[in-house]
Amino acid sequence: MNAPTSATPSRVQSRPGDPAITPALVAEHGITEFEYERLVNMLGRTPTFTEIGVVSALWSEHCSYKHSRPMLKTLPTKAPWVLQGPGENAGVISVGDGWAVAFKIESHNHPSAVEPYQGAATGVGGILRDVFTMGARPIALLNSLRFGPLTSPRVRWLFAGVVKGIGDYGNCVGVPTVGGEVVFDPSYEGNPLVNAMCVGLMREDELMRAVASGVGNPIMAVGARTGRDGIHGASFASEDLSESSEAKRPMVQVGDPFTEKLLLEASLELIRSGHIVAIQDMGAAGLTSSSAEMAERGDVGVTIDVTKVPVRETGMTPYEILLSESQERMLVVAKQGHEDEVRKILAKWDLEAAVIGEVIAEPVYRVTEGDTIVAEFPGSRLVTECPQYVLEPRESEALKAARGKDPHAVKPLDEERDHSWTLERLLSSPTIASKRWVWQQYDSTVRTSTVRGPGSDAAVVRLRGTDKAIALCIDGNGRHVALSPRNGGRAAVCEAARNVACSGARPKAITNNLNFGNPKKPEVYFQLSEAIAGMGEACTVLEAPVTGGNVSLYNENPQGAIHPTPTIGMVGLVESMAHITPSAFQTVGDDIVLLGDCTDELGASEYLLAVHGLTIGEPPVCDLSKERALIDALLEAIAAGVVRSAHDCSDGGLAVTLAECAMMERTNTFGFTVDLSPWATLPHRALLFGEAHGRVVVSSADSAAVLTIAQRHGVPARVIGRVTEADAGASFTISDDTFTAPVTWLAKAFHEAIPQAMDGDTPAEHVVSASHAPIND
Amino acid sequence: MKAGIVRFPGSNCDEDAYHAVADILGQEAVYLWHKDHDLQGVDLVILPGGFSYGDYLRAGAIARFSPIMQEVVQHAKRGGLVLGICNGFQIACEAGLLPGALLRNDTLRFVSAPVSLRVDSIATRFSSQYHVGQIISIPVAHGDGRYTADGDTLARLEGEGHVVFRYVDAAGEPTNAANPNGSLRNIAGIVNDAGNVLGMMPHPERAMESALGSTDGLPLFKSILDTMLGGVPA
Repeated sequence: MNAPTSATPSRVQSRPGDPAITPALVAEHGITEFEYERLVNMLGRTPTFTEIGVVSALWSEHCSYKHSRPMLKTLPTKAPWVLQGPGENAGVISVGDGWAVAFKIESHNHPSAVEPYQGAATGVGGILRDVFTMGARPIALLNSLRFGPLTSPRVRWLFAGVVKGIGDYGNCVGVPTVGGEVVFDPSYEGNPLVNAMCVGLMREDELMRAVASGVGNPIMAVGARTGRDGIHGASFASEDLSESSEAKRPMVQVGDPFTEKLLLEASLELIRSGHIVAIQDMGAAGLTSSSAEMAERGDVGVTIDVTKVPVRETGMTPYEILLSESQERMLVVAKQGHEDEVRKILAKWDLEAAVIGEVIAEPVYRVTEGDTIVAEFPGSRLVTECPQYVLEPRESEALKAARGKDPHAVKPLDEERDHSWTLERLLSSPTIASKRWVWQQYDSTVRTSTVRGPGSDAAVVRLRGTDKAIALCIDGNGRHVALSPRNGGRAAVCEAARNVACSGARPKAITNNLNFGNPKKPEVYFQLSEAIAGMGEACTVLEAPVTGGNVSLYNENPQGAIHPTPTIGMVGLVESMAHITPSAFQTVGDDIVLLGDCTDELGASEYLLAVHGLTIGEPPVCDLSKERALIDALLEAIAAGVVRSAHDCSDGGLAVTLAECAMMERTNTFGFTVDLSPWATLPHRALLFGEAHGRVVVSSADSAAVLTIAQRHGVPARVIGRVTEADAGASFTISDDTFTAPVTWLAKAFHEAIPQAMDGDTPAEHVVSASHAPIND
Repeated sequence: MKAGIVRFPGSNCDEDAYHAVADILGQEAVYLWHKDHDLQGVDLVILPGGFSYGDYLRAGAIARFSPIMQEVVQHAKRGGLVLGICNGFQIACEAGLLPGALLRNDTLRFVSAPVSLRVDSIATRFSSQYHVGQIISIPVAHGDGRYTADGDTLARLEGEGHVVFRYVDAAGEPTNAANPNGSLRNIAGIVNDAGNVLGMMPHPERAMESALGSTDGLPLFKSILDTMLGGVPA
């Protein structure tokens, strides 16, 4: 055991060959003058090169949240079912009967922009580790992706690479990818977004936190060896993308899902063995952040000897070992004297474990190279003293002007005289079109618990051994947030909640990924602060607190910033398997009920973008009390057994929602006839394609019961039509205006748009079973 | 019946197979560790899906050298039942328990979807509970599922009724569009000459419960049980 000794600055030594500490070197590490001064004051001396490296990683936006933390603190994080809120590797909620669900979302945007396959694959790897280090077995993966238009060859390369990377990693580890979303918009052309979410299941009493404790306990490096890949990944993720980003491809880590699978099994066995006190993924900023954060949470000191770290290359410097982001590694605090038991468990899975340091009483973070101290920071100040910035927000004049434009002033194209043309056009817009091309590359059925897979409003995964299930989805609409950030923040949470409710689940908690531009720009800072405020308001009203998340800033490239894109990963609880509800129509003759109201809100719609190339107008207003009432009414109707299907209205509006209900399952299509005359005074474009919030299309054999329940909750509801045979077509009436579109034609648009864009005329999909219920639809 | 599910380090359908045997069939199931030589007296060995040893070289190429596989091969030689699913089919081919090989899908993409299969042979210990020509729906999830063998082998498999499952369309025709991976003759599953080893790319263990969309895998397991129990209705 290390006796407390007084650490004098002179004990910390530069290594021979270290570059001199110059303003240029400091700037290269992304450390501002102000931050450097703060560092020097903290140390009372000039930092070493190794220390500069450590600080550049820990004080990067990616690790420190220095521009977002003050705002994130305003989010609601508590509820009786929340067992672990923000600040850990993942959030955890109780789902009853002693079971708990751990979940978290994380971005891998920058790596995926330069190396889509590995960038996306390692994004999945990282989020899996965040969940299984809590003691939970990963049971589901989801992802939220953003790309530029598929007309660009480079975008198609990025899209194909990201999808394959996500698929190969999850498929190999054996965790089903059950859902997600993909949006195509010019704003993401130079800067795709790759957000991955993982959900794990555990017994409540198996919850493990990453808190170092117990002076004298050994710190062990577990899993893969440390190499030179991914050095400075966290810093790379905290700057704008530029022409030179391609040159940073070596900063992208390389994943090995087989080793991940071994690490998963070994980690869960370790956690249940009682031989360890804490475990954390060596993710962003690798050994540096995992060790510093575990020490800070436990309010203890640590010392690490880099010569003890198993490496896979010779001649690695302390700087490189500390900052490597080599994948599939864990940092473990073992119980003193239990080292051999830990090694035995790892050996069973053909993995290594090496003691590389120790928990010490002295409040320092110390790194040695043999007997030489190469970095030393006082106490936990390395983590806590990271500066936090609160800037002056200012709304972008350009976006304000775009919001002010009247969508009705946009002259319809000649073709739009036939609403069927517009509907077909929207259904073939890649953002709306079926993503089967994507999810057929993801194993969605392994673990035999996927009740509803990709393509549903929300995925539903049963909790075997109970009558319960969890519903999962990811949602976010950057266009809405760009044009009205606070409202967009609210809407993102509400759309996720509606999706979960449509599948029969009560929204319970969210994890969020904030994908924004450079926060030092007042316009971006405005979007960030407003969107977070809106999200918080929605979470409060819906009683679905935030249990964690990720912040990805600097999503900019020479063409500008992305749309501000908060993505919401929602977890809902299905109380009974009987409540699980499909999105698509099920039975000819059922009434179609619209819950919620139609309004004149065409702004920010997919219609304006897909047909006119415009992102303008006031986005639909998200009224939180109405959203809450809608969800309560819907869930009551589902529990009463009077809802046959439920599908939320979002991209493309009511007409697209109805068409999707009719033909999203290509082997089991329906027709419908609806009469929207009660809203005949609205501009027809807004009625058909406006994206008013707070609406759900329900099919029911007992619509009177649905209307009664809706009325009791104060939710507008109306029978608007009936489900028919597919041959009858999709028929709309608005007073004396009637149009009917063939369902096969709409289905072709919806199902073939993405395969056509990606594969041209080759057979895009292998036809699936005729008799099969919609596991994969 | 006692079933042993082999656990390679990269197996990931092992728990699903265990669930199918223990919870749904109500039979005894045990895991068989890849480093062991002990088959624990099982009647049926299941080689489950997954990525055995990472499969970076070739699916199943390393697994065949594992200690447990030496015992599985002996078990098969003694006439013991072996069911290879997905990666297990690949391993069975690599180990010489079944003829032919599984190559990269012709699309070069992983494919995960429910597929229609036609039962072409019910005169096996794995398919007696189906009808000849029955069309069933079972999920596939693989990147290397293109069944290949030389012409003589294919002729023999077909001639002797050893092709058990074929990928077909809704009308029961083995079309190209219904073939998810480019398998020769749309072959999805075969038995060996002795009829005690079945390999198939689709996952019957994922089609055992109506809550998950299909129960078409159930007759396969019931056929095995029926065989083991000597004709007692399952």
